[in-house]
Amino acid sequence: MTNYVITHLRELESEAIFVIREIAAQFENPVLLFSGGKDSILLTHLAKKAFFPAKIPFPLVHIDTGHNFPETIDFRDNLVKKLGVKLIVGSVQNAIDNGRVIEESGANASRNSLQIVSLLDTLEEHKIDAAMGGARRDEEKARAKERFFSHRDEFGQWDPKNQRPELWNLFNGRKHFGEHFRVFPISNWTEMDVWEYIKLENIELPSLYFSHERECVLRDGVILANSKFIKLKKGEEVRTMTVRYRTCGDMPITGAVESTANSLDQVIKEISYTRTTERGGRADDKRAETAMEDRKKQGYF
Amino acid sequence: MKSQNIQLLRFTTAGSVDDGKSTLIGRLLYDSKSIFQDQIDAVEESSKNKGFDYIDLSLLTDGLKSEREQGITIDVAYRYFATPKRKFIIADTPGHIQYTRNMVTGASTANLAIILIDARKGMQEQTHRHAFIASLLRIPHAIVCVNKMDLVNFDEKIYDNIVSEFKAFSSKLDIKDIQFIPISALDGDNVVNRSTNMEWYEGSTLMYHLENVHISSDYNHLDCRFPVQTVIRPHTLEHQDYRGFAGRIDGGIFKPGDKVKILPSGFTSTIKKIDLNGIAVEEAFTPMSVNITLDDEIDISRGDMIVRENNVPEVSQDLEVLVTWMSQNPLQPRTKVVVKHTTRECIAMIKEIIYKVDINTLHRIENINFVEMNDIARVSIRTSKPLFYDTYKKNRQTGSLIIIDEQTNETIGAAMIIR
Repeated sequence: MTNYVITHLRELESEAIFVIREIAAQFENPVLLFSGGKDSILLTHLAKKAFFPAKIPFPLVHIDTGHNFPETIDFRDNLVKKLGVKLIVGSVQNAIDNGRVIEESGANASRNSLQIVSLLDTLEEHKIDAAMGGARRDEEKARAKERFFSHRDEFGQWDPKNQRPELWNLFNGRKHFGEHFRVFPISNWTEMDVWEYIKLENIELPSLYFSHERECVLRDGVILANSKFIKLKKGEEVRTMTVRYRTCGDMPITGAVESTANSLDQVIKEISYTRTTERGGRADDKRAETAMEDRKKQGYF
Repeated sequence: MKSQNIQLLRFTTAGSVDDGKSTLIGRLLYDSKSIFQDQIDAVEESSKNKGFDYIDLSLLTDGLKSEREQGITIDVAYRYFATPKRKFIIADTPGHIQYTRNMVTGASTANLAIILIDARKGMQEQTHRHAFIASLLRIPHAIVCVNKMDLVNFDEKIYDNIVSEFKAFSSKLDIKDIQFIPISALDGDNVVNRSTNMEWYEGSTLMYHLENVHISSDYNHLDCRFPVQTVIRPHTLEHQDYRGFAGRIDGGIFKPGDKVKILPSGFTSTIKKIDLNGIAVEEAFTPMSVNITLDDEIDISRGDMIVRENNVPEVSQDLEVLVTWMSQNPLQPRTKVVVKHTTRECIAMIKEIIYKVDINTLHRIENINFVEMNDIARVSIRTSKPLFYDTYKKNRQTGSLIIIDEQTNETIGAAMIIR
């Protein structure tokens, strides 16, 4: 330590903890958006560190599409119990039942964009003024332009052309009544950073991220898990494959990769050789060139 | 694992329209194998749809719909790549004249600036602007890349002339470390691999510089500054009396046993323990986020600063700053604003515009009544409560502040403290 430098992972960790503490200090009613994916698990781990030895001083919010992997829900419930934090669940199924949203139909139907309504309803119902998420700038081109502190108007909309400049480590969280912020403490992390840090800190992950056998369907070049949420098209067949997941969204839209990697070391090795992005298997991003920007403007994660 | 010794280097790229900035970034990402196949496929597809017969690498960096429509970069975009030696964060900022605010934003966190010059055109107005901003924001290192050398037959004389011209200009600036490299981003000459077309150039490649530039002393490790973000009180049986002051170290090296002074109260105490992620450490320095506990029970809250007893920052309500104006509405004297400095926030009054800087000539324009968007001006400010600050020259964290519009809550100015 005589050199007074820290490694890139510790610098990213320190930056994220600084941002998480700013959220707690600047807002009245912040929450952590928890999807059950590795990025939100990492974010929860960082939040725990930021306030240790005290508990995380805000609730976790999970927008449950009803199409989650069962592994995700189990993991979520365990984690919440261990941390002793409050969990708020916003249900897309309820929104459908109440007629707030209309479910898509057809073989490629997805509840992905329906989450926007449930998310905004949940934020409004609980008077949440800051929602932090595990989105990273390296994930997607619209996200590359995101701020750490991202302002949302009273309709929850993002205006990418009119964002507040963000300088040094001075974050401006001032807002009018009814507006809120999305905050992204791990903006500067890459997929590789996330995995290396998970290994460094020995963070527990759902089993989905490691190699397992699963009944799958091949659709448009994407390996999808066979489940009750997926309708088979003509000519599609179910087969058992050895797969793992790189991201963790809804069952009908999250693509798996064929893999035998069953430890963190093997996963890291696999990622360093891989030639596609982690969202390459996400059907929700393939709908249009600016699919992510379009959803984000409306209030998506 | 080897990667655990990797350092993080943040750099900005600034260039004028068409001087090959996107191509250079594309080249760095491509040659370091940081572009994935599906990204290349998508860019190839878009290029084809637009009727191009080449792959437009700028589509990799232009993310927003309106940027892709107009073929220009509007906002700062962040890019990431890594080599076995370092991890890099690029703040890719647009070079148009109206986007000084973006350049300043990207520069505020950078260790290094890449300044691009088109070998055919030489120094442009924008080059002056980029060099000035790098100097103003005190980016510790700069690399001037003379690009498109392939289009001037790799002519050493042309390169030498541009280097001399740049040096003549930069001698008026304050950039500690400037390197010059002749490159061709399109073909990759001297970017990652050494060029065989320019035997006369004896320096190293751009990538070598990026991987090896010495950044350990970029932070101030002399003057101890710890702005308190929040106070951690667990209220549990196990940690009944724990009062941890949470924050990120902005300067100096803190150790348990250090005699410290608290601002603004002036109380003194001794550091009992420094926790880094729940583990007690023997010393802590910038940019670590830590919890500090003290021997004495003193009332300390957000916005206070913990410093060494015999090394305190300036404490004042009257300061002079160089401000970059970022709002459509011009700045006029006697404007009431909100100021955010370290973890402190207060009302302030912009009292007087002392002068405006002509970015191209570096001349001072005095006797002006207002400052417009993208202008840089020296102004005096009076704050409603004292700030604990250093000059920007001494410490980029405790020497900077942002100005916020009280009505709209927008960030309207970025300021560097002169005194």
